[in-house]
Amino acid sequence: MRDMSVSLCGIKFRNPVTCASGTFGSGMEYSGFLDLGKLGAVTTKGVSVTAWEGNDTPRVAETPSGMMNAIGLQNPGAEVFIKRDLAFLKNFDVPVIVNVCGHTEEEYVEAVKILSEREEIAMLEINVSCPNVKEGGIAFGTDADSLLSITKAVKQVSKKPVIMKLSPNVTDISMMARAAEEGGADAVSLINTFTAMKIDIYRRRFVLANRTGGLSGPAIHPIAVRMVYEASKAVKIPVIGMGGIAGWEDAVEMMMAGASLVAVGMMNFHEPGLMMDIINGMEAYMEKTGIEKISDIIGCMH
Amino acid sequence: MKKCRAEVVSKRKLCEGIYDIRLKTEIAPEAKSGQFILVFPNDPSKLLGRPLCICEAEGEEIRIVFRVSGAGTEGLADIDINKEIMIEGPLGNGWDLSAAAGKEVLLLCGGIGAPALLELSKRLCRMKGKTDGPQNVRAVLGYRDSSMNAFLSQDFKDSGADVVIATDDGSAGIKGNVIEAADKALIGADVIFACGPMPMLEAVKEYSEKNGIKAYISLEERMACGVGACLGCVVKTTEKDSHSHVNNARICTEGPVFDASEVVL
Ligand SMILES: Cc1cc2nc3c(=O)[nH]c(=O)nc-3n(C[C@H](O)[C@H](O)[C@H](O)COP(=O)(O)OP(=O)(O)OC[C@H]3O[C@@H](n4cnc5c(N)ncnc54)[C@H](O)[C@@H]3O)c2cc1C
Ligand SMILES: Cc1cc2nc3c(=O)[nH]c(=O)nc-3n(C[C@H](O)[C@H](O)[C@H](O)COP(=O)(O)O)c2cc1C
Ligand code: FES
Repeated sequence: MRDMSVSLCGIKFRNPVTCASGTFGSGMEYSGFLDLGKLGAVTTKGVSVTAWEGNDTPRVAETPSGMMNAIGLQNPGAEVFIKRDLAFLKNFDVPVIVNVCGHTEEEYVEAVKILSEREEIAMLEINVSCPNVKEGGIAFGTDADSLLSITKAVKQVSKKPVIMKLSPNVTDISMMARAAEEGGADAVSLINTFTAMKIDIYRRRFVLANRTGGLSGPAIHPIAVRMVYEASKAVKIPVIGMGGIAGWEDAVEMMMAGASLVAVGMMNFHEPGLMMDIINGMEAYMEKTGIEKISDIIGCMH
Repeated sequence: MKKCRAEVVSKRKLCEGIYDIRLKTEIAPEAKSGQFILVFPNDPSKLLGRPLCICEAEGEEIRIVFRVSGAGTEGLADIDINKEIMIEGPLGNGWDLSAAAGKEVLLLCGGIGAPALLELSKRLCRMKGKTDGPQNVRAVLGYRDSSMNAFLSQDFKDSGADVVIATDDGSAGIKGNVIEAADKALIGADVIFACGPMPMLEAVKEYSEKNGIKAYISLEERMACGVGACLGCVVKTTEKDSHSHVNNARICTEGPVFDASEVVL
């Protein structure tokens, strides 16, 4: 048996594989396809204080080796989330990372206050990088000063380790990672989606109702690897890496670039059992190449 | 519900651009009328499954009937017999058969909406006259024109439904849309089950509300996951949905079939 466990922020994960927020519901929807208890962690869809309706449809579009989405952070609000989704996840022996969203700094703080009371939650991931909501979201994630300020604000009230989720829609990702670290973040995760656009040339209409949407999937994987590498070199806190992971090779690559945990996003839609395939593939790779502990490869390219 | 291989056992062209494929798959026995599957293109640059209705489910086989409308369905139309494809399903909630108990049933099928209703017709016709079954099953199938060969209309007849054909230009059957044709043919109904293009479904909803007839409609939307995880495929609802807690519902999970009075089109 190879040691696939990783530890970050004082929490031990049985393996380094989780799902990327928003691509796995709260685990419930995919629980018939794989055993949630075998994952490193379950990361949930963004939750806000009150319910959000999200954007008009169409909300998703396929792109070459990827997709665009503009869901608009639809969610039932923290209260329902705790009663239903979190209660469901309690049935599995798996750390839960809850993704948090808000329109204003106050809303983020309020949501963090409510959620960080819950013992079922291992970590909070603060989404300051959603390109699909008009206010909040990405506005905080593309300006280093705003990021610093909101990180401080949520850290002040959070009783759980805080992960700041970074946007790739910036010139210098290292600077953003450092701002989060300076604000007291316990970890950073990246990348969220790239702001993108698709036009229906026959109807002369935007394909997504929101006009723009976030691009993700294998098409962006090499950019994600580069950004995880740069960010993890710039800070001492752990990095959670994501962006286009489609197989165990991509996951290993992301860890070598500097990720302590890796998250699988839109490829869950393509292959619901993918995270298990990745965990198994990683273990076989360790066996084959004589790696005792998966944590040994984290950032080995630095 | 699972993702698995399926073998193409037969393929037929029904009319220009419309294909009929039978798949041998382990998920066939679970399938209910009105549910759908995702068909994954055999092309690594196209990662999302294409939602297609389960037109028929018999023994180990599922039948899909689809229109070529882009690269994914074009690839599917080109597939050879005996080849394998990846599918996921059965997905969604199907038609509520109990809504037909003791009723005069009208199936309204607009063009490529017909595949969504064939299995329903078969199941309802088998229950005809029984206590929990319908009194009668009538189907109106609408087409653009006669070049569409009234595809699937013989299948509806074989299922035991009374069939009326309508075309937009009158080149076959009654001239007009499915609602006009139902009126002209003096078909009365206590309950409507419908699938077709959005303007038709809007008309069905209006018609049902005006005449106080319950209508169930099968909806389409762009999908990514097909299982309720991504929240990509929602429709606005008149009341707060019990899952989302806002005024929209996931078509892939709470639908694709909805009570027409509960959705905002
Ligand atoms: C529940 C459901 C059942 C359906 N059943 C049938 C059926 O039985 N027969 C049939 O001919 N068609 C059906 N459709 C429509 C069918 O899914 C699309 O025609 C198909 O996805 C087009 O794929 P493409 O690659 O050829 O087109 P492209 O335009 O190249 O597809 C690009 C992307 O858009 C999506 N897309 C394009 N058109 C639609 C659409 N109308 N609805 C949803 N997604 C779309 C594709 O899935 C793909 O992700 C159904 C749709 C839904 C939602
Ligand atoms: C449909 C969809 C919904 C998403 N929702 C969220 C969300 O609620 N919160 C968040 O922080 N990121 C969200 N994301 C971004 C992903 O978590 C991830 O950062 C991004 O998709 C890159 O990973 P991928 O290329 O593997 O998909 C969403 C992505 C998709 C495709
Ligand atoms: S397609 Fe993902 S929720 Fe319906």
